[in-house]
Amino acid sequence: MNAVAKRLRPTAATSPWPRRLLIGAMLGYIAVLILAPVGALLVGAFAEGLAPVAAALSQPDVLAAFGRTLFIAVLTVGFHAVFGTLLAWVLVRHRFPGRALLNGLVDLPFAVSAVVVGYMLLLLFGRNGLLSPLLTLLNLKVAFALPGMILATLFVTMPFMVRELLPVLEAFGTEPEQAAATLGANGWQTFWRVTFPALRGGFTYGVALTFARALGEFGAVLVIGGGVQGRTETATLYIYRALDERHYTGAYSAALVLGLFSLLLVAGTEYLRHRGKAKAGR
Amino acid sequence: MRPAAARLASPAAPLQPSRWGRWSVRTAAISYLVLLLIIPLVVIVQDGLRAGLDGLWRSITAPQAWSALQLTLWTAAVMALVNAVMGTLTAYVLVRYQFPGRALVNTLVDLPLALPTLVTGVMLVVLYGPQNAVGGWLQAALRWRIIFAPPGIVLALLFVNFPFVVRAVQPVLQSLDRAPEEAAATLGADAWLVFRRVTFPALRLPIVSGMLLSFARAIGEFGSIVIVAGNIPLRSQTAAVYVLGQVESENRLGASAMSMAMLALAFSLILIVDWLQRYRPAPAAKTL
Repeated sequence: MNAVAKRLRPTAATSPWPRRLLIGAMLGYIAVLILAPVGALLVGAFAEGLAPVAAALSQPDVLAAFGRTLFIAVLTVGFHAVFGTLLAWVLVRHRFPGRALLNGLVDLPFAVSAVVVGYMLLLLFGRNGLLSPLLTLLNLKVAFALPGMILATLFVTMPFMVRELLPVLEAFGTEPEQAAATLGANGWQTFWRVTFPALRGGFTYGVALTFARALGEFGAVLVIGGGVQGRTETATLYIYRALDERHYTGAYSAALVLGLFSLLLVAGTEYLRHRGKAKAGR
Repeated sequence: MRPAAARLASPAAPLQPSRWGRWSVRTAAISYLVLLLIIPLVVIVQDGLRAGLDGLWRSITAPQAWSALQLTLWTAAVMALVNAVMGTLTAYVLVRYQFPGRALVNTLVDLPLALPTLVTGVMLVVLYGPQNAVGGWLQAALRWRIIFAPPGIVLALLFVNFPFVVRAVQPVLQSLDRAPEEAAATLGADAWLVFRRVTFPALRLPIVSGMLLSFARAIGEFGSIVIVAGNIPLRSQTAAVYVLGQVESENRLGASAMSMAMLALAFSLILIVDWLQRYRPAPAAKTL
């Protein structure tokens, strides 16, 4: 009887408690899981004030490590900006056998562990690797050097550009291009003046995601680069070594800088994109 | 038939003036994908099978490897379950309730995607490390070890994979027809009954997809785990960290075998998700 009566009463509409409880549970979860660690890093890095942080970050090897990270990230972004756009274009506009398979393959790096990526490249380019005869012939060093680390970062960041561009390109359609062609524009003019401006939002976001992911890449560059101090050490590899050597201020401040930079990059682009959309809506 | 029709209907023709131009663009795009993705994968499979299926099996079932694989799978499973519950709750609250700070929380959900996972690991060590305030207290008062132990691994995986269930459920919930829920409420069902019998069936598919995707990613997660769990064989060594150890000690067969196991697991999960999304059953709420 009681149970039936309870069910009949429309509690959901009147009582504010389920609502409060659910919101509270969610906020509590996010606070413990995400905000507390973020706060702890902030507190940990500045535990002894600002001066040690500045001193740790201005060490020459730290600066060099951040420089290497930026160099790899910029190259990666440049490469994917060109080839990612090309691939997205082919996947949307061309029809050929195996297109669906290629489309699925683009997401593959999401499923491959970073360590495994580094190891695969080591099998190809390492000392006894499949391509080592070719590399000695050309006098090229890939493993335990920057080229290998760039390749690893390229593999890991592959999906972002393509995934951002595919839906935009699909939604854009071909009518504006046909109109431009009718008006006498050639292929390149049409691409640069008509298609590309429409892709710009997705393109920018894709660049930001690729950049952030490249900055933070760790497992793959550790395995293929070896993390040799002064030669193949990137920002993430420096953090790893600093923790190992119990140089906590250095590790925490570098982690803070890297995290903040990635965060600002992604959040900033997202903000710009939303503002752009709002403007377009008006 | 179809390719010809598609070419006639949608021509991108203005941008591909010649057959030659089209072929060169297509070849460049496909070789980019093949060179970068396929060749490395083929190499690892070939290397793993060098000692035959028998050798592969023996490498994976060696005590240290087997324990690493088990640890990876059970921590990932715990993460996926917690993530399913909390992710669904988060999506539900974000879609259905208005409260101050809602937009901020909505942005916070994506934060783990923007942060390098190594930084996540460092954060967790700063918070829960035994030499730091919170971690020290947990260990002294409750005898909870988080860092260098499985709870740390689960926490790291939860942080890194938080967006997946939320972002899978949110759009479905947003576009869900509210009429069946209102009808159920009118018929006297309380909020929990409405959720369980009307809303939840429609969300089952995105919840399972998000769970499986986060599980697949958890199998390969490295950056946060190597910091949080350390590298203690048989105790806190996961599959990815095990591969690193085998590469460093130049045990090629061990590294290749574990890599193949991880790849096989992750790929099959992704394939299942893909299949689930393609053969989506009619929304259960409508059949009520």
